[in-house]
Amino acid sequence: MRKVLGHQLLWPVLALLVLLVVNVVANPSFFDIRMQDGHLFGSLVDIARNSAPVLLVALGMTLVIATRGIDLSVGAIAAIAGAVACVHIVGSPNPGSLGTVIVGCSMALGVCVLLGLWNGFLVAVVGIQPIIATLVLMVAGRGLAMLITDGQITTVNNDYFSNLASGFFLTLPIAILVALTVFLLTALVTRRTALGMLIEAVGINPEASRLAGVRSRTIIWTVYVFAALCAGLAGLIIAANTNSVNANSLGLWIELDAILAVVIGGTSLAGGRFSLTGTLIGALFITTLERTIPNIGIPAEANYLFKALVVIAVCLIQSPKARAALRVRRTPAPVLAKAGQA
Amino acid sequence: MSIATVPASGVSAWDRVRSYSPPSRYLPVLATFALFIGMFGIGGLRYEGFADPQVFLSLLLDNAFLIVLAVGMTFVILTGGIDLSVGSVVALSTMIAAKTLEMGWSPYLVMLAVLVVGTVLGTLMGLLIHYFDIQPFIATLAGMFLARGLCYLISVEAIAITDDTFSEVAFSTITLPGGYYTTWTVVVALASVAVAAYVLARTRFGRTVYAIGGNEGSALLMGLRVARTKVAVYAISGFCAALGGLLFSLYTLSGYSLNAVGMELDAIAAVVIGGTLLTGGRGYVVGSLLGVLVLGTIQTFISFDGTLSSWWTKITIGALVLVFVVIQRLMTRRQA
Repeated sequence: MRKVLGHQLLWPVLALLVLLVVNVVANPSFFDIRMQDGHLFGSLVDIARNSAPVLLVALGMTLVIATRGIDLSVGAIAAIAGAVACVHIVGSPNPGSLGTVIVGCSMALGVCVLLGLWNGFLVAVVGIQPIIATLVLMVAGRGLAMLITDGQITTVNNDYFSNLASGFFLTLPIAILVALTVFLLTALVTRRTALGMLIEAVGINPEASRLAGVRSRTIIWTVYVFAALCAGLAGLIIAANTNSVNANSLGLWIELDAILAVVIGGTSLAGGRFSLTGTLIGALFITTLERTIPNIGIPAEANYLFKALVVIAVCLIQSPKARAALRVRRTPAPVLAKAGQA
Repeated sequence: MSIATVPASGVSAWDRVRSYSPPSRYLPVLATFALFIGMFGIGGLRYEGFADPQVFLSLLLDNAFLIVLAVGMTFVILTGGIDLSVGSVVALSTMIAAKTLEMGWSPYLVMLAVLVVGTVLGTLMGLLIHYFDIQPFIATLAGMFLARGLCYLISVEAIAITDDTFSEVAFSTITLPGGYYTTWTVVVALASVAVAAYVLARTRFGRTVYAIGGNEGSALLMGLRVARTKVAVYAISGFCAALGGLLFSLYTLSGYSLNAVGMELDAIAAVVIGGTLLTGGRGYVVGSLLGVLVLGTIQTFISFDGTLSSWWTKITIGALVLVFVVIQRLMTRRQA
């Protein structure tokens, strides 16, 4: 019992369950899942499908945050990836074929690797704070995406491409299968090899880990490239979902949703420890929340308000000062605050 | 080389001018100033009518709200923090103004209400940041979502502002000598710069802001009022965002939930380009004003050119931020 109560995933899981219960109360048929046209169909399947982009971006973000960094540029990178793929598919000689999609997506992911290398270079080599280093691409990236699409909303007619978001494989949505595959691979590589521990070591103290023989620079570089790749994949799924790319709005604020998912999952923003399962639950929580708001009769756009309340609640729960204030009914002894790091 | 080391006697005035180098703390602001003058000069050479003083006045007019935002952001960044909520607070301010005017409130009461809401939001974020040790980034992110969500709760649709007082203020112009004109929004923006510059340079509060940005622990040990100041800078930023929102609603005469998306990035970019150190402790409000003018000049450039597309604005801003951040990094590394 004690083990269950003390588990770090207890609160995220409870929060997710509460949301699901609220949904069932508001709409008793919420849990209904039926077979239709050879695949599963229902609200829960929708939630799983819609959570794929956030989950992907959040996975990359988890590792970046574990190194005590942050990547604000993922939304812009997603837009660039969508733009590259769509523009290639539209401009190719036979825009309906599978080959075009594969080439287009590979090109998009290749560009993402370059962008990730750029972010990693600014953080690891030049030594700029991550929030500022990635801000550069966050601002300029949307401009680059518009440059690629020429400012137009590019529409694609390719069944293979749209299958990436709305297709089904073995009765399950392809989008969530892609995201879960990345999730499992990440978990395998970070938890079954030393990589996860090295990432945490860099997050706890980059200098000490360097002295201990960890190649912190390479590790930091790796996580930013990984984050960019995940963001690119998410961008492809979002673009495939609407069969079009709008450089202005694709992936807008997804970086914030991803950070939120990571925080809900119990990964500390101060770096040094991460939980991929927590991130998975966090991403599901956010998607369920977005679904819950209209379900209980509030305008869907107001979900930002509830996300804000969740962020504040989670941060307060994690804040050592708030915990101390709750536990001891006297003001805690003055602690020398660390110099603020934005 | 400083003047003090040069013997005063036997030195011609020209030598003095030649050997004068401004204090290094002013260098970033001077660089931004030179950049602005240079860009404006190139524009004047390339495009007919660019160097007209009215173009400069329009630059102020079109960016009045951004100037006010950048002023608030300067306070926050000087303490080493960041405020991501300002864009959303601008949108919320336009929504509150439009909605309450629609409900028939007095325009003065509306302005007061907007400013109070902005300040309260800022104060709340400041309290979270200081008393619960939540990173400024994440606390103001919550503020950003909160303000944006409140906008949608007020109305999903855009609301037009038809109030007489608002329209009067929006359309009334101040004629300057030489046939040029400007508006009251510009006066408000420049006044906020002047007040902020005075507060930062000449008051105990202002010096505490710099001290916290330099080293918070030292500031605390020196007995400075760290808690009050840290909360206050976010309150100031919230107030400035609300004021910027009022100016924005005067500029567009409407309230809309999707107003000012990404404007926090413009404000941060302006502060960075203005030479304020992102780690805090160094920078000037005047620099932020120049930063906004540089951003505005890029836009004017693009609209004068006609062949360049609007997205070059974003790419150029990103590139400029990069250049300034890298220079900052190199400068601080040399000193360390």
